[in-house]
Amino acid sequence: MLGFLKQPVVVTAEINMNLVALTVMGLVNRLWALSYPRAVVFDEVYYGQFVSLYMKRIFFVDDSGPPFGHMLLAFGGYLGGFDGNFLWNRIGAEYSMNVPVWSLRLLPALTGALCVPLAYQILVELHFSHCAAFGAALLILFENSLITQSRLMLLESVLIFFILLAILSYLKFYNLQKCSPFTAGWWFWLLLTGVACSCAVGVKYMGLFTYMLLLAIAGGHSWHLIGDQTLSNVSVLCHLLARGLALVVVPVAMYLSFFYVHLTVLYRSGPHDQIMTSAFQASLEGGLARITQGQPLEVAYGSQITLRNVLGKPVPCWLHSHKNTYPIRYENGRGSSHQQQVTCYPFKDVNNWWIVKDPGMQQLVVSNPPRPVRHGHIVQLVHGITTRYLNTHDVAAPLSPHSQEISCYIDYNISMPAQNLWRVEIVNRESDTDVWKTILSEVRFVHVNTSAVLKLSGASLPEWGYRQLEIIGEKLSKGHHQSMLWNVEEHRYGKSQEQKEREVELHSPTQADISKNLSFMARFTELQWKILTLKNEDTEHKYSSSPLDWITMDTNIAYWFHPISGAQIHLIGNILTWASANVATLVYVCLFLWYLLRRRRKICDIPEDAWRLWVSAGGLCVGGWAVNYLPFFMMEKTLFLYHYLPALTFQILLIPVVLQHLTDHLCRYPGYSTGCPAVLISGDKSSEMMGFLVPAPALILGTLHYVPSVITLPCLAEENYSVNACTGLGKVNCSPV
Amino acid sequence: TLRRVRSVAFPTCLSLHPATSRGDALAPGAENYNSHDALRGNQTPLPAMPYGADSLSLDAVRGGARLPSGPRCGGLRQRRPRRPAGEPSRPSPPPRAWAPLEAPVGVWAPLASITLLSFASRFYRLCEPPHVCWDETHFGKMGSYYINRTFFFDVHPPLGKMLIGLAGYLSGYNGTFPFQKPGDRYGHHNYIGMRGFCAFLGSCLVPFAYLIVLELSKSLSAALLAASILIFDTGCITLSQYILLDPILMFFLMGAVLSMVKYNSCAVRPFSAPWWFWLSLTGVNLAGAIGVKFVGLFVVLLVGLNTVYDLWELLGDLSLSLVTLGKHLLARVFCLILLPLVLYTAQFAVHFAVLNKSGPGDGFFSSAFQSRLIGNNLHNVSVPEHLAYGSVITMKNLRMAGGYLHSHWHLYPEGVGARQQQVTAYLHKDLNNLWVIKKHDSNTDHLDPSCSVEFVRHGDVIRLEHKETSRNLHSHQHEAPMTRKHFQVTGYGINGTGDANDFWRIEVVGRKSGKRIKVLRSQIRLTHLATGCILGSSGKTLPKWGWEQVEVTCTPYVKETPNALWNVEDHINPKLPNISLDVLKPSFPEILLESHMVMIRGNSGLKPKENEVTSKPWHWPINYQGLRFSGVNETDYRVYLLGNPVVWWLNLVTIGLYLLMATCTIVAIKRGAQLTVEFKELSEVLLHSGGKIMLGWLLHYLPFFMMGRVLYFHHYFPAMLFSSMLTGITWDTLLKFCAGCLSCSMGKRVYTYGMLALMLLIVYSFYLFHPLSYGMVGPMASDPNSPMAGLRWLESWEF
Repeated sequence: MLGFLKQPVVVTAEINMNLVALTVMGLVNRLWALSYPRAVVFDEVYYGQFVSLYMKRIFFVDDSGPPFGHMLLAFGGYLGGFDGNFLWNRIGAEYSMNVPVWSLRLLPALTGALCVPLAYQILVELHFSHCAAFGAALLILFENSLITQSRLMLLESVLIFFILLAILSYLKFYNLQKCSPFTAGWWFWLLLTGVACSCAVGVKYMGLFTYMLLLAIAGGHSWHLIGDQTLSNVSVLCHLLARGLALVVVPVAMYLSFFYVHLTVLYRSGPHDQIMTSAFQASLEGGLARITQGQPLEVAYGSQITLRNVLGKPVPCWLHSHKNTYPIRYENGRGSSHQQQVTCYPFKDVNNWWIVKDPGMQQLVVSNPPRPVRHGHIVQLVHGITTRYLNTHDVAAPLSPHSQEISCYIDYNISMPAQNLWRVEIVNRESDTDVWKTILSEVRFVHVNTSAVLKLSGASLPEWGYRQLEIIGEKLSKGHHQSMLWNVEEHRYGKSQEQKEREVELHSPTQADISKNLSFMARFTELQWKILTLKNEDTEHKYSSSPLDWITMDTNIAYWFHPISGAQIHLIGNILTWASANVATLVYVCLFLWYLLRRRRKICDIPEDAWRLWVSAGGLCVGGWAVNYLPFFMMEKTLFLYHYLPALTFQILLIPVVLQHLTDHLCRYPGYSTGCPAVLISGDKSSEMMGFLVPAPALILGTLHYVPSVITLPCLAEENYSVNACTGLGKVNCSPV
Repeated sequence: TLRRVRSVAFPTCLSLHPATSRGDALAPGAENYNSHDALRGNQTPLPAMPYGADSLSLDAVRGGARLPSGPRCGGLRQRRPRRPAGEPSRPSPPPRAWAPLEAPVGVWAPLASITLLSFASRFYRLCEPPHVCWDETHFGKMGSYYINRTFFFDVHPPLGKMLIGLAGYLSGYNGTFPFQKPGDRYGHHNYIGMRGFCAFLGSCLVPFAYLIVLELSKSLSAALLAASILIFDTGCITLSQYILLDPILMFFLMGAVLSMVKYNSCAVRPFSAPWWFWLSLTGVNLAGAIGVKFVGLFVVLLVGLNTVYDLWELLGDLSLSLVTLGKHLLARVFCLILLPLVLYTAQFAVHFAVLNKSGPGDGFFSSAFQSRLIGNNLHNVSVPEHLAYGSVITMKNLRMAGGYLHSHWHLYPEGVGARQQQVTAYLHKDLNNLWVIKKHDSNTDHLDPSCSVEFVRHGDVIRLEHKETSRNLHSHQHEAPMTRKHFQVTGYGINGTGDANDFWRIEVVGRKSGKRIKVLRSQIRLTHLATGCILGSSGKTLPKWGWEQVEVTCTPYVKETPNALWNVEDHINPKLPNISLDVLKPSFPEILLESHMVMIRGNSGLKPKENEVTSKPWHWPINYQGLRFSGVNETDYRVYLLGNPVVWWLNLVTIGLYLLMATCTIVAIKRGAQLTVEFKELSEVLLHSGGKIMLGWLLHYLPFFMMGRVLYFHHYFPAMLFSSMLTGITWDTLLKFCAGCLSCSMGKRVYTYGMLALMLLIVYSFYLFHPLSYGMVGPMASDPNSPMAGLRWLESWEF
């Protein structure tokens, strides 16, 4: 008791003032005048829509990546009290008062600022000197392209932050591995690696590259662990399991959880509904769910249905027919059956309704009790409005001459009998006696006489077919393709036997009361698949560039332009940093190969410790640069300069690594090269200072030179910058970005 | 010690071959092998070697046995002689446990019999069906083109088709059969020569696989297993029986692997004659493989990686001086890089020399290229060299198959931009491709004799008047019909009178202002003066209203792409002197480069269409779906390319098994497990030899996942060859391993019966599925009367 009176309570805090200073500088640098300009800048127009949709809880699909990044941005909007009411349609549009610009941009800016201390820590963990680490952090701090990218509502800085965090925590974990495995700190950093990796992947798929790199490095380290015969088999197994858990299981679980949150938050139907399957749409509030709510589940003889093609490409559409017939002769001279057209129509229409009829009976109403249609049953499909039967025969389809024409049969009393029997095949059945279910069942219609399969060809009919989509009977059905699958979307039990009454019935909206709930995994799989396969067709952009332009910085992007004052923002790199980063990479690769070949001949130019350091630091930095850069050469999508920023970050980290190596081992004493002790941690500071501080002022000066292009400046005709600013005027204005 | 005893006794229990019954096999040892040597009597004198002469002599014998006429070399992979004296050398190899299998006769007879079987299975019913099957329609046709010397375009390099053409020529085919579509009857035309050539090369695959596996695993039964898999695989048989590029490609591919393996075996005697022979043969085969299809690049990669590994090992050998290392490096550079390059270029030289007549492929190539071809309207013509005002010209787009700038009387339909006259790109020569160059500000007739000639210069502002319709090339800020972000290009004005939107600045790429513009040679860019956009062809096909010609737009995105560049092809100006275009003929390197660009773009242009069901790489190893070679209906003679499912599924399982075994072995070694000598040798075979083959499989399979082009089932067959060899090695190792773990007699039985069971399984499944390759007539498999009834194990098989 009261012991503290005798002995004072002592709290010893060790604060690395370098780190504090860097963090503060980073924050100042990234957060200063954050809400300027109060206008939509470049891709904010793109991400902004999603933020708005999040605020309104409306479902969307974005093919550019997983939802975590958008969610983070939306979180900023949520904190700022954004209600989502802003029309994101034009770059340069002024924000209205309800848009909390500062808080929307805060998160990217914060993560961008934190990249600076992260860079410092990474180099320290790699066992480089604090001087080198400080240099790396400064280079990141003064890199204009990174500054520009962090100060706006964009995702690259968030991505870079998570990438660096993953690297740092892996390094921390690895350094703990040697002395204290399975301690709390060890677990913390290991798990943080996995979490940061999944966040990086969740922000943009680009994060996968770094994740793979880390997995490869961890794999290499584990392999050494297996070879360590001082460890027992059990402890090796424990080590491997722990890594598997933290680096594979945790990221996958995190990734799923992003989607879980995404799907939970967005529960209202919206503009992207059409892309998804009917079952998915029915799980959203409003939209299709309102229509399908409560309709009967089991399709029976006499059911009135609309049939949607499962593929949903080029546009989602429904099986359709109308009074008009196929032209007797097509433009290319081929003949047709001149029967009623059957098409696929991308809009809801009363002509999309079909009635399922039992070939053996005349009636078009559902009997009581209803007789459900099962897998393998033979049915006729009657077009509701015209009461004609879906038919196919050995006549070439209008645009796909190798397939059969599908028509609604008109009896011209010529020698062409009706062939209107179709076998229902439920593709996703669980047993062979499954009932055909609304929305859930994916069905193939196989023609009984010719075994042709009802299929959407994807081609648009010419003028006579009102540019609707062509439906064909595929004779030689090769495998299963979604274009041959159909599902019932709207459904009701037909009640009226009379044609007139039936027409009235068809026009009336459906009503009933069951809702279909899809499991999370089914929804996740579908959404993930759509994200990966959705393609944007128009890929040309004024500021798009090829990966080769990036290294030399032959390209820039005009982000924003003020029409009156002429102030503008450009994404452009610090040329000095980029050039020296390239030189550093080149020097590293050359030296590495040189050392490697010489070591193979048993000539060691540098001590073993230094060599290991050189390999691990280089493997991380050059490897990180390579995995984040080279894959772009194989991508076919539109690429921009900002795609290079993660790779650039790794390349920047390499500059101090190479500089310190050069000063320590090559520039010191000519005769010292063979047996130089490890000076890296203990060695005298002067040489390191020399190594870094000489180029440093130049780099910073170089940055200052570019600052105007990053921040903003009014374009005054007398000023020097006017040339740059004003020539951009015409182009930026009309650029369809 | 018990283990040791067992392993000494091992050999007797493991032999399959009748040689075991001979007493001498029971006591393995140097004397024994030497007695074999004495029996053979045709081996080379053995150099003195510092290690176990017993095994070397064995290898020499085997080398001699396998290739009676070829050079011989030691079969050992170890480079022990090169190790520094200070390093502890490994114990000399113990007598191989299963050595008696490999008695000389035991190598000869199986090789001869599998070769015989292979030829028999490939040549059986070769002339059936007597009509064009599947891709014969392409490759047979291209063979005919070589015989007729007509120029054509194909996405593959020329060697394969040249060889087909040569085979046809030698066998008396005169090149007159049109090969129009699959199913056409050959009639009196001699097609057997070409099919026989392909079947011959296809038959060689089996002995090649046998020799590769034997060399890698030193195990006769592994080699036999691999060979029998290939002999009895219906897919390999079918693919070898028709006029296709695949047998030729696979021949060179396996040839390259075989010679690579052989030269690796010769590593103990570098720079000896056999070493040089196999090394250069590898290079020759590599050139052949890429010369047939670009897929050959994968085997180049395999050989490349193997060579890098090889050099790395040599580099680590401190007993070799740097000079020796340099010699090693240079030898490989020469044989594996320079030699293939020279041969590859030579193929193209022959290709261009043979095909000197104009043909269906002209349009794909640039104007300069076409001037080489006899019969092309650019051949031996003479035109004025520099453009002048008043000249009548045609302009060709520089993108591949870009077409000529074209216009006609038809207007753009309602709703597609302004309703003015269409301007398109048209691939064929036509009067509507002619345009007249005029000054932008005057409408004078420059061809009037009183006018002096005025040349068009870089940077001039001009007007292009369509000769037939007298409308000006025009653009404005309406969206283009297909590429919505570009501007529409139209024909505008009457009799040459239009507006300011008809003015274009003509520029030559890489030229200073004021220079004249040359026909054919200058790459021209036309910039629209009012909007600053550039005239280009988007490459998209217009709908019916545009006669399915190619869209021409004005692009506001100022980029250096061939889409936006043009050259002047025809040039008519009576006031200028004509010069012969011969001076403009491109040099050989230029046409080589151009044909490669065209091939690469052609390959990447083979994209699957929307909604088309295509074969996916993951279908292939599971034999999910085959290819119809011939016949659809019940009455037709049907041939269906499908692998023998038992063999393929065995291969598939083996890949998993191999990965499992390799992982276990490698982890066990890494954890420092103590292995007996036999198991060490087994793991060596498994990891090194199996690893090489596995790498080959990966290199020939994985890249297809990244390809955007249309893929077919038959693309998997090169990988399947590797997979089959891997099966041989893996099962042999597994059975030997099991046998080694069991007691002697038990082990012997397990090994023998295991091998026999596998072989019987393969032969029986071939008996079941052979109609796939040799033709089926009668009802489909769903009918119980069909010969294939009950064999349609997967719903996706279409027979």
